[in-house]
Amino acid sequence: MKKTMYEKIWDSHLVVDEAGQAPLIYVDRHLMHEVTSPQAFEGLRLSGRKVRNPHSILATMDHCVPTKNRDLPIADPIARKQIETMAENCRENGLNLYDMKNPNNGVIHVVVPEHGFVHPGMVVVCGDSHTATHGAFGALAFGIGTSEVEHVMATQTLPQKKSKTMQVAVNGTLSKYASAKDIALAITGKIGTAGGTGYVIEYTGSAIRDLSMEGRMTLCNMAIEAGARAGLVAPDEKTYEYLKGREFAPSGQYWDQALAYWKSLTSDEGAVFDATITLNAADIAPQVSWGTSPEQVVGVDGLVPAPESFTDEIKRKACESALAYMGLTANTKITDIPVDLVFIGSCTNGRIEDFRIAAEVAKGTKVAQGVTAIAVPGSYHVKKQAEDEGLDKIFIDAGWEWRDPGCSMCLAMNGDELTKGQRSASTSNRNFEGRQGKGGRTHLVSPAMAAAAASAGHFVDIRNL
Amino acid sequence: MEPYKKHESIAALMDRSNVDTDQIIPKQFLKKVERSGFGVHLFHDWRFNDDGSDNVAFELNKPAFKGAKILVAGDNFGCGSSREHAPWAIADYGFNTIISTSYADIFYNNCFKNGILAIKVDKEQLDKLITEINANEGARFVVDLENQQVITPAGNGFTFDIDPFRKGNLLSGLDDIGLTLKHADKISTYETQHKQTYPWLWA
Repeated sequence: MKKTMYEKIWDSHLVVDEAGQAPLIYVDRHLMHEVTSPQAFEGLRLSGRKVRNPHSILATMDHCVPTKNRDLPIADPIARKQIETMAENCRENGLNLYDMKNPNNGVIHVVVPEHGFVHPGMVVVCGDSHTATHGAFGALAFGIGTSEVEHVMATQTLPQKKSKTMQVAVNGTLSKYASAKDIALAITGKIGTAGGTGYVIEYTGSAIRDLSMEGRMTLCNMAIEAGARAGLVAPDEKTYEYLKGREFAPSGQYWDQALAYWKSLTSDEGAVFDATITLNAADIAPQVSWGTSPEQVVGVDGLVPAPESFTDEIKRKACESALAYMGLTANTKITDIPVDLVFIGSCTNGRIEDFRIAAEVAKGTKVAQGVTAIAVPGSYHVKKQAEDEGLDKIFIDAGWEWRDPGCSMCLAMNGDELTKGQRSASTSNRNFEGRQGKGGRTHLVSPAMAAAAASAGHFVDIRNL
Repeated sequence: MEPYKKHESIAALMDRSNVDTDQIIPKQFLKKVERSGFGVHLFHDWRFNDDGSDNVAFELNKPAFKGAKILVAGDNFGCGSSREHAPWAIADYGFNTIISTSYADIFYNNCFKNGILAIKVDKEQLDKLITEINANEGARFVVDLENQQVITPAGNGFTFDIDPFRKGNLLSGLDDIGLTLKHADKISTYETQHKQTYPWLWA
């Protein structure tokens, strides 16, 4: 039988498949951060269980960590306790932790690829919905809850229901300054935040093959925003090239063996997907979200929609409440929307290529009056690389703040946040009400779009720069 | 986990779609290292005014919905972040049943790990329940998981489908990990093969 890549990975990880119970699948890699793990460790302790495969785990601290004045103790006592608990749990269980002061520290989904910890064909989990990022390597990677974190630590397996498969084909070539982020937002706009529910997406087509590994990470990262369990991109020469030589990548005698396996993973010619969606890359304009859901997006050359433009009753109501929360009037040009704060960073867009393109746009400009712009590298390695390339100077000269790594304003747990009514251009992944601070108004964009908005003080169609 | 028992309770209504986990439990409450005590923060930003007083316009603050164990909600409930703090907050607040047309995957899994029965109904059925609650706020529904049935005062009752594995675990209150560890031998056998097939992962 012809199989999709998802089916190949699923079949090779089935440990138990018996009638009357959920199939058990094996987990190769388990990623961790401080927010969704403490209660899982507590559960293990209370039941007298041990971590089965400590070497399968890589942990970092990212959600609560300050992005400036790292030398000082964390001011928030509850956040400090969470950080200390993480360190203690990792020490007690012998786990590899990149703590706040470690030169490898950063956002979990940025750090893990940097060290080659995820390979094609693996099953990868993390108590974090953006685990989908690692699908860029052709690994089945998905977010789990804290009970499941405990389950994986104790058993190295998870009871799982098999997903349906969806092919999202993006054909043609992206226009200049349209990016992986714009593809991700355009897909969510097209199928909605529940469009992928119950599915694992495989992204195919020439525009996907053309993406760099970092672009593929951005794309797969937001598979969850379309409701999918995971996103996948078939591994190819770019994948192998990226992995080769990294700390946890196979080496020596094992490289060729691993490579042969990886090459066998791609979906068979003629394999059948349960659903197929097609987009033409050339049609994708730089996207800007206008509402409070990642499906509420429009091209930068478009207008804020009017509620009555939606025939669906639920969408019409959602538009009405989003416009009220966002303080926007229907039919306003997107390029007329002013911004107060610009954030570049996160597991979606906190990698070196993101800072390179943003710096290209920011070079020689000044942040507009009244606008705050912060650049938060996804890891210390990204930060160092950017500094080696002189990108930090470009940002600082333009009036940006150049920070230490962390999740920062993506979910605003660490004190970096919007105040009520403030409006951001943000390269993160969610524009839910209050996501970046209570009453804060988030517009999701690509790094180039964010950089352009910082100097103009409003959104700009970067294709015209 | 407490075994799930047949019960009769007030059904509260949140007639909104795409309720995300950032609303269910906003991020400022995710810093705790304990599993308990999240109920007071459930829907915090919608539920309370800036001065900390109750927002009377918020559905769950209606006196008729006080003490509800059943939550009837719009499509795609629980989308967004994987935070299990969301079902912890829902359960701690007092809900043990949600009825909606659909749920986000991770949230759905998380509910069953915490003794919450998440029932899926079609749009037509949901609309009937919404109409009934709007006409009679404080209506008490009976939820009978054993027989996969919900009964309502106005006769809008229905039967529902549920995965037998999830149903069994809820009814017995069994620990998932304990169940999986019954297969410890199979996990070890798989692992031995795994080491032979993918030796680079164990090098």
